[in-house]
Amino acid sequence: MSTQATSGFTKEMARNIFYGGSLFFILVFLGLVFDSEQRIPERSNQPAVTEAVVRGKAVWEQNNCIGCHTLLGEGAYFAPELGNVYQRRGGDAGGAAFIKAWIKAQPTGAPGRRQMPQFNLSEQQLDDLVEFLKWSNGINTEKWPPNIEG
Amino acid sequence: MSHNPVLKYQSQAVAKPYFIAAIGLFIGQIVFGLVMGAQYIWGDFLFPAIPFNVARMVHTNLLIVWLLFAFMGSAYYLVPEEAETELYSPKLALIMFWVFLAAGAATVLGYLLVPYAKLAELTGNNLLMTMGREFLEQPLPTKVGIVIVALVMLFNISMTYLKGRKTTITTVLLLGLWGLALLFLFAFVNPHNLVRDKMYWWWVVHLWVEGVWELIMAALLAYVLIKTTGVDREVVDKWIYVIIAFALFTGILGTAHHYYFIGLPGYWHLVGNIFSSLEPIPFFLMTMFAFRMVQRRRRDHANQAAVLWAVGCAVMGFLGAGVWGFLHTLSFVNYYTHGTQITASHGHLAFYGAYVLVVIALISYAMPTLRGRIANSLRAQSLEMWSFWVMSIGMGVMVLALTGAGTVQVWLQRLPTTGAQGYMAVQDQLTFFYGLRLAAGFVFLAGLVMYVWSFFVGGEPAEEPLGTRRGGLMPSPAQRRLQHD
Repeated sequence: MSTQATSGFTKEMARNIFYGGSLFFILVFLGLVFDSEQRIPERSNQPAVTEAVVRGKAVWEQNNCIGCHTLLGEGAYFAPELGNVYQRRGGDAGGAAFIKAWIKAQPTGAPGRRQMPQFNLSEQQLDDLVEFLKWSNGINTEKWPPNIEG
Repeated sequence: MSHNPVLKYQSQAVAKPYFIAAIGLFIGQIVFGLVMGAQYIWGDFLFPAIPFNVARMVHTNLLIVWLLFAFMGSAYYLVPEEAETELYSPKLALIMFWVFLAAGAATVLGYLLVPYAKLAELTGNNLLMTMGREFLEQPLPTKVGIVIVALVMLFNISMTYLKGRKTTITTVLLLGLWGLALLFLFAFVNPHNLVRDKMYWWWVVHLWVEGVWELIMAALLAYVLIKTTGVDREVVDKWIYVIIAFALFTGILGTAHHYYFIGLPGYWHLVGNIFSSLEPIPFFLMTMFAFRMVQRRRRDHANQAAVLWAVGCAVMGFLGAGVWGFLHTLSFVNYYTHGTQITASHGHLAFYGAYVLVVIALISYAMPTLRGRIANSLRAQSLEMWSFWVMSIGMGVMVLALTGAGTVQVWLQRLPTTGAQGYMAVQDQLTFFYGLRLAAGFVFLAGLVMYVWSFFVGGEPAEEPLGTRRGGLMPSPAQRRLQHD
């Protein structure tokens, strides 16, 4: 099994294809990401990212909500999708009130049922979280999820 | 440290604590997995002491940390031997071991003992908000610690590499490890806009496991196969480059399959449908590679357990990352399966098949030598090989159960255009699958216990049969030629 026996396609050729090809695909990827960057403001309604939305995202992160829920389909699969929860729970007609009341009422303590912890959020934090979820609901997700149940 | 006659370079011995810590944390990972498995059935199990989100954080973070321990241990073990020189600084490697272990232990204790919001406050998350994102839940000091440990390790390994022989295996391993460290820097990028946040988050998560980690996997697999089969390096080197070329050609643009529904432009659907459906290719090549090497082997190494793990890794990695990944990678399929238990089933089999098994293959080869013998006794190897089958069957059943659960989820919750059932209403109908998954989880734990037990089985070290072949294995063409000569 000397190098001659593997005539034609050599290790050096394989190596060069790896380096050259990888560089090419990295550049294509970066180009597409750059283009996406330009489109994100319009697709996600950037002007609506208020101070409250930013604070709400921090509340979301600092309580590890992603440890049970999904947001735009990503996260844990132990609790409902929340990317469209604002709309599912009534939208502008009552979504905010529902979400706040729900969080305040946890845990339910129903035996054998999945329990959401009590996070002791302030009224301000609850409002900010709702603003974040309301804004997330408006992101152009290519019509995902397929229906309101998330 | 006393002289070890089996090791070619005495500094390879620093790998030992890394491997022991890896296996210890692996056990912890599985225990917390079982806690969650139970919580899927009895929702209030251990509530409020260990809420699901805490158990999940511990489960996934322990996986990442123990794999990193194993990667680093593997690098410290194989780079000196490949480079034919002692490690640049064994002392530095040992110091970093304790730093990483302390940081890991403190982080897990923080998760378990302090409410997450309090932990964020105590660890300065307000200075730079990086916490609370899936898999990147670690407090800021831990993230900084990971970077320091990784950079010191890379310095140590790179200096060893530069002063010695440069092989394809070490070159590819170093590329993978450098890529791992550099991409982790995106863990510190957390834009206010959720869409941007998610886009860069995948640079850590996807470009790790479907990118640079595949380089590490290919290097470790090739190393174990070269050592145990005695196949010519030139042949192996070419395979490695072809495998990693396909890994990056498909994996980099394959990131697109995570960009379908998170607010990014629609053209990612086209890119994802093309490139991510090619992602099974490198895994299939690894399977072919492993079988070909074993078929063309020039020796029957005394450590047959290591060969089983290596071949098992190549097969299970293809099934988990390749087949189960392809199952839901097309955008029009993913539209319905995104964020269901289908994702969980793929995640479990891919991590087990590709990464858990490759590091166990390396540990299985290296650990006996670190304990002063070429191979463990046949009894110990037999138990170790059984542990492979028990763990793999446990994992297989678990994955089938999750696939079943995900299919029902899609059927009841996602597919109906009118009258779709709500999330919890569907979950209540999945108890059978979740029960099966938990039972399979206990089978996996039993396999893991057998694996750990095999380290304590004594007996005379196995020896390589010379001139004759072992029962049950076909003689390879190379061996037949030897017998004729």
